[in-house]
Order: sequence, then C-alpha cells, then structure tokens
Amino acid sequence: MFSQIQISPDGFAAIYLAATVFFILGLKGLSSPKTALKGNRNAMIGMTIAIVATLIHPEVRETTWIWAGLGVGAVIGIAVALKIDMKSMPQLVAALHSFVGLAAVFIAAGTFYADLSSGKPLGGATLFELGIGSFIGAITFTGSLVAFAKLQELVSSNPLVFRGQHLLNALLGIAMFGFTAQFVMSGEAAPFWVLTAIALGLGFLLVLPIGGADMPVVVSMLNSYSGWAAAATGFTLENPLLITTGALVGSSGAILSYIMCRAMNRSIISVILGGFGGEAAAAGASAPTKGVKSASVEDAAFMLENASKVVIVPGYGMAVAQAQHAIKELVHTLNAKGVEVKFAIHPVAGRMPGHMNVLLAESDIPYDIVFEMEDINSDFSSTDVALVVGANDVVNPDAKTNKASPLYGMPILDAYKAKQVLVIKRSMKAGYAGVDNALFYYDNCSLVFGDAKAVCENLTKTMLAG
Amino acid sequence: MSPTMIGITVFVLSCFIGYHVIWGVTPALHTPLMAVTNAISAIVVVGAILVAGHESGHEGSRLVHIFGFLAVALASINIFGGFVVTNRILAMFKPKKGNN
Repeated sequence: MFSQIQISPDGFAAIYLAATVFFILGLKGLSSPKTALKGNRNAMIGMTIAIVATLIHPEVRETTWIWAGLGVGAVIGIAVALKIDMKSMPQLVAALHSFVGLAAVFIAAGTFYADLSSGKPLGGATLFELGIGSFIGAITFTGSLVAFAKLQELVSSNPLVFRGQHLLNALLGIAMFGFTAQFVMSGEAAPFWVLTAIALGLGFLLVLPIGGADMPVVVSMLNSYSGWAAAATGFTLENPLLITTGALVGSSGAILSYIMCRAMNRSIISVILGGFGGEAAAAGASAPTKGVKSASVEDAAFMLENASKVVIVPGYGMAVAQAQHAIKELVHTLNAKGVEVKFAIHPVAGRMPGHMNVLLAESDIPYDIVFEMEDINSDFSSTDVALVVGANDVVNPDAKTNKASPLYGMPILDAYKAKQVLVIKRSMKAGYAGVDNALFYYDNCSLVFGDAKAVCENLTKTMLAG
Repeated sequence: MSPTMIGITVFVLSCFIGYHVIWGVTPALHTPLMAVTNAISAIVVVGAILVAGHESGHEGSRLVHIFGFLAVALASINIFGGFVVTNRILAMFKPKKGNN
C-alpha cells in the first residue's frame, strides 16, 4: 500500500536513528517531574516514527495482520492502562514484561519460519541469535508470569525452595545451551522448540524461590531482561534501533535492580538464589522481651498538633489500607495548625521502585515535600514526631545494631531518632521480610493500633474538634 | 566489519548511554521509568511487523503470519498500555501550589 514510497536502506537507518534519539530524550526527561511529561511525549514520538517507518519498509508485503495486531493491542493496552489502580502498578508492569518476552519468542519463531518458507539460507550467526532471542524472551515470559502471580497473590509470596534446585537450574541451563548449539548446527525446528521449552521452564524455576521481600528487585530484573530480549531480537534482524533501545531498557532495569539490592543490603546473587522473606526468615528474629507502649488516637493527635516538625514514613501497608487520601487530609490539617510536614521514602518501600511516590502523588500530595532516604535521614534528630504508616522493616533499627537480624546492614530511615515515634499498626504481625521490629520496644515509640485509613481519619477529626 | 560486530559496538556504546541517562532519573520517578521502559522495550514491534508483513503464498506463510500477528498484538499492548499509564502517573506529580 505504501509501495510508491522509496527509501534506501541508509534512509531507514537514519529514520531509526532519529527514533533512538527521541527515546534517549524521553528517558532524560525523567530526571525531574517538571520535564517528565515532555519526556514521555518524546518517547511516544520515537515509537511512532519507528512503527511508521517499518510499515513502509519494502520487506513488508501485506499489512492485514499488522493492523489487526496493532488494533487488538491498542484496545487492550489503553483499556488496562486507564483502569489500573495505582496500587496494582507492580502487577501491571510484571504482566507487560511477560508480553515483551513472549513477543520476542514469537518474533524469533516467525523469523525462522519466514526464512525457511522463502528458502533463504540461514547462517550460523543468525541461527545463534534466533536461539538467544527466543530463550531470553521465554525466560522473561514465564519469570514475569510468576512475579505477576506472586504480586497479585494468586500464589504465596513465600519463597518456594526445594533440594537440588540450583543443580536442576544449572543442568537445565547447560541443556538449553546444548540445544542452542544443535540448533545452530542443524538449522532445524525441533531443537529450537526444545530450547525454548527449557527456557520457559527455567523462567518459572528462577523466580519461584524468590521471596516477597525481594519482589522490587525481581520486577526490576525482569524489566532489564525485557530490554535484553529486545536487543537480542535486534541482533537477529540486524536492526540497530532494537539493539540500542534494548540496551537502554536493559541497563535501566539493571541499575534499578542494583539500587534495590543496595537499599536492602543484599547481593544480586543472593536474591537470585532466593529463599529470603516469608516464614523462613522469621526464625532468625529475636523474640520480644519487653512489652510495647500503645497510644490512643487522642494522645497521638495531641502529640502531632503540638509538634513543629512531623515526618511521615509511608509503607506498603498505607496502600493496602488505601490511607493516602486520609493522610493528605491529615497533612492539610497539620499545615493549617502551623506544623511542618515532610514525607520520607525508603528506596524499597512498596512493591516496586518509586511505588510510594506514585501513591502519594495520586492523592495530590505535592512532590516537593516528599524526600528520599539520603535527603531526609539527617532531619530525624530534629523531628518532633515521626509517624510511621504501614512501614515496618525499613524503620527497624535492628538493621543497624543487631548482627543476628536478617536485616542487618540494610540502610534504614532513622525514624527512631525522632523525639517521638508513632507507629500506626493493625496488629503485632511481622513485616514483609518476616522479622520482628525492635523499634516498637523503644522508649520513644508508641503504637497506635487500628486500620491506617481509619486512624488517620480519626486523627484529623480529633484535631479539628479540639 | 561484520554486521554482528557493528551490532556489538552499537550495543556496548548504548549500554554506556543508558547507564548515564538512567542514573540521572530522580528516584521519585522510578515507577514511571519502569512503565516507560516497558513501552519502549516493545520496540520489538519492529521485528513483529516484519514477521507479520511476510509475503504470503509460500509454504508455511500462514504459520508465520500467526506468529507475526500475536507478536504485534503483544507488543502493542505494551506500547499503548505503557505510554498511557506513564502519562497517567506523570500527570499526578504536582509541586506545592505557588511553587512552580
């Protein structure tokens, strides 16, 4: 349909280069919330350029299937994106990763059969790249499915560990490379599907043993894999746009994984080996020796309104209780009474990097009172009240002092340094990592029992009444 | 230089660009970063389109078209879903009133 347009291969390369530049500008826009929307628009322009250029590519002989695919994808994608609840963002991201992975498998398979059917001889390098593309895609696909199921709580988020697991994974890995080699030598379909099937199994096995506490790392890691899958596809098609873009996404995910690991003081290797979080870790916690103090809502409201500086530490529990809007009202009330309020965000608060920031932004809390750990930790010693809402492990001082704690060495928010710490908690249950929190037994700490949303609403009500 | 070697060169240099650009992203925007990289990684749609647009009439071209269609559809879910959700998230980030 576009056959009247003639563009040379160099012309296409130039257009693809332009798309790459837009992608880079798009990511660069995310350096500040002020430029971020423009960045996203740049990335959209890049994608549009890439799609339109490919549609007029001479290798594209018919477009029926293409329009059908684009249409189906657009309807599903837009519908889901408009409906999704911000709390469920990690699940959405995991699901989307799985699609990129599966798409990479189909592209590898499709390219292989297309070349077979048109009788094009396939070189060893191409076959090798097809094999790699398919297995990275397949691992991304099933790995992301498991991550999705764990985040959506379709399966237990506890790590699933069994004996000989790592040996089995290693053997499967070796077998996968063996079949890749056979595929390269024979150029037949059978070893291609065997290696893909093994990779699908490996994806499951690699993510199953990883516990709930490590989920932010897994989500970032799969983000990275989806990029590498795109880059591998680029090698197959000898398309620099895919290689560049895949590398950008791959390094993005890798850096996020690194940041998450650093924030939990875990090595990427130990995350991959799995077994952390859930019941397994609970055994390592020190048994509580002293009782905890509890405070009524009235006491808490009194402390808050008489403070001059309050820092709120939100965690995933805030999202579960849907307490963001109640917190916003609380902040308004405190501000009206002349109390300065800031938010402190731990890098691994929530189930994915930056999750808390999104939830706070959703309830109209301005981003310039929300601070990252490094920027706010020095503030706690001059803070009157630290209000912990649905966070647990990220304020556990055991991470600094108790060598026996599984959290030892993890950087934490120094909430315990505030004059008074108030922790809103539903019960005395341990955190996501399954570890008891030493902070609750500190002299300057009081627990306010109840649902986070209800407590915050009651705090506001009490203050407005008084 | 062979196409593979050119590819590797481009790949390695792109990783360095990625490294520098991504460290510049503010941690507050790490969730939209993942959403937008999700959309961007769906650039595999280029490969998917080439597969789905394969010439018909050959033996086995029906199978190729099915693979192509599925790949285009999956990648498009990412593209549209990823960009729209990123837009939704970013639109929520507002500074304190009178601070812009």
